[in-house]
Amino acid sequence: MDQTTLNIIVVGLSFVLYFGIAIWARAGSTSEFYAAGRGVNPVINGMATAADWMSAASFISMAGLIAFVGYNNSSFLMGWTGGYVLMAMLLAPYLRKFGKFTVPEFIGDRFYSTTARIVAVVALIVISVTYVIGQMTGAGVAFSRFLEVSSTNGLLIASAVVFVYAVLGGMKGITYTQVAQYCVLIIAYTIPAIFISLQLTGNPIPGLGLFSDMSAGNGGEGTPLLVTLDGLLTDLGFNEYTTGSSPWLMALFTLSLMIGTAGLPHVIIRFFTVPKVSDARWSAGWALVFIALLYLTAPAVGAMARLNITTTLWPNGVQNEAVAADELPDWFATWSATGLLGVEDKNGDGRIQYYNDENQRELAALIEAEGPTGDQTQAEYDSRVAELQSDPTVVRAGERGWEGNELVTFNQDILVLANPEIAQLPGWVIALIAAGGIAAALSTAAGLLLAISSAISHDLIKSAINPDISEKNELLAARISMAGAIVLATWLGLNPPGFAAQTVALAFGLAAASLFPTLMMGIFVKKINAAGATAGMLAGLILTCLYLFTYLGWFFIPGTNMLENNAANYLFGIPPTHFGPIGAVANFAVAFIVSGMTKPTPAHIQELVESVRIPRGAGAAQDH
Amino acid sequence: MADTTNKAASDGQGYWKANLRLIYTLLIIWALASFGFGILLRPALSGIEVGGTDLGFWFAQQGSILVFLVLIFFYAWRMNKLDRDYGVDE
Repeated sequence: MDQTTLNIIVVGLSFVLYFGIAIWARAGSTSEFYAAGRGVNPVINGMATAADWMSAASFISMAGLIAFVGYNNSSFLMGWTGGYVLMAMLLAPYLRKFGKFTVPEFIGDRFYSTTARIVAVVALIVISVTYVIGQMTGAGVAFSRFLEVSSTNGLLIASAVVFVYAVLGGMKGITYTQVAQYCVLIIAYTIPAIFISLQLTGNPIPGLGLFSDMSAGNGGEGTPLLVTLDGLLTDLGFNEYTTGSSPWLMALFTLSLMIGTAGLPHVIIRFFTVPKVSDARWSAGWALVFIALLYLTAPAVGAMARLNITTTLWPNGVQNEAVAADELPDWFATWSATGLLGVEDKNGDGRIQYYNDENQRELAALIEAEGPTGDQTQAEYDSRVAELQSDPTVVRAGERGWEGNELVTFNQDILVLANPEIAQLPGWVIALIAAGGIAAALSTAAGLLLAISSAISHDLIKSAINPDISEKNELLAARISMAGAIVLATWLGLNPPGFAAQTVALAFGLAAASLFPTLMMGIFVKKINAAGATAGMLAGLILTCLYLFTYLGWFFIPGTNMLENNAANYLFGIPPTHFGPIGAVANFAVAFIVSGMTKPTPAHIQELVESVRIPRGAGAAQDH
Repeated sequence: MADTTNKAASDGQGYWKANLRLIYTLLIIWALASFGFGILLRPALSGIEVGGTDLGFWFAQQGSILVFLVLIFFYAWRMNKLDRDYGVDE
């Protein structure tokens, strides 16, 4: 049986499982559609939250994202997990106590203002829609890579699958399919990682293997894995893996991801599904357990795969000849066919030299220019040329006749996708990676679509447009909103706006600047009133958007940016991706100032805040 | 914070103060493990070697996540106990 057939069978079986769950977990009421009837066990909800949270990007790209940059991208690991601490202590238990169905509903009630609720709906929709575009395209890519269908067809299949279980089951169907999807994705991720860790270090736990010594038969026996990797990379002219730069910027970026994570509505609403306040607290812990299984493994996967690919290309060490082009392993050819790897024998020596040729290229360009360009002085030109000429990699390349890096394409996703083949695991493990990547994309897309559709049917239709709508009609409206959201997401996935690549930064920045501070103040600071909260949210949203648009273009339209997107132009050196915490500070500050100048919070709202802070009575709030 | 009006004053206030104290303590540890040991204090810890690199690198890629886990479970256990002690449990 060839690999594609096997992939189709395994992915097909996973779909049968999701459909089976969808039929079993049909939603019969709005409470089931929005909050799975509030009957979800905290451990089960933790698992569903993990699948909800971990997207196609976490599954396929994150290991590569860390491995290509090294230490500095640890921000993703700390940021995307540390947010759960904030969520567990500052938001989840109190919002569960409040006992309603959506994030804007809490904001609307706590700040006794329809305007505040509508601003929250706008923030929620902007955040979730930008996020879901990435999931839909991610699902399309996952399909096209494994099942040999076009990514358009892949996207349509993914939409159809989500359509069945999300429209039918709402939150209830999504919860239990997410549990199944979590199991598929975590097995697919950890099996190859365990085998690779065993091969390289003899330690079956990848997170421990990363800090272990190399085992026999891998070269560098007895040396720590990270020392071996640092040595290889510096010899090839790359940065040392474990060294970092700009710690303050790294800290700011980590903070931005943490606050953003805690403010993402599709994750927050998962905590509305558990029976009690104490369950919401436990559930946040279980969610992080299931997330940590992947996040503790990811840095090991990245470092080990980078080490494996480098030693594949330099089988006799960097000091000796590189690999001969006709001796590359089979998986290299397989993945070259997908365009994720690519080699080009530039110097025609029949071997493939992989190294960092940045300095070599800069030197060649300077010599070709025959003198200083731009506002460079002759002295600066001379000293730069001299500096580059004595660069060890440039010297080595000159001595050994290297004419540029010959691994011309090296996509970061390969570090996860090619792992089963690198570890020489059987075909069904490769098929599992296919099912895992697709599961990761589907589970996150479904969670986002629920957040969008419940905001439309519950916050707009039920609250603002037709408050007298019957339970049965609201359920129908929720299903229609879900169907509409899927159609919109599919359309956006097929015609991604030019800014698709920027959208994740936007979603995190906006969540950090708008929803998180407002929710937190709603619980912790009684004196923040309607005017303060509304003004604060708008300040956070607008300031963050303005900062992003200044460098990335108005509404991300290329060419309309007012300042070049580089470090020299940034306000206090802060890149647009790191702006979330600044937007959050603006939100807090404006909310406090405006609340201080306007009428104080009415007594019944102060009592509402008191009741949200105390778990007793959560059961009553259940009967909504 | 303007905690003024409430009838269930004393107990409710005590419970909320205990909750805030716990949150402050745990968030200090949260920040110390990630922003501290993992990033800003890494140079100060560079003498402590872990698996071929330094303790700060370990905190950034493994340790901070493990600390986060302990913090959330400790908070859940402690708060569920406080709920009962103050008689505000469900």
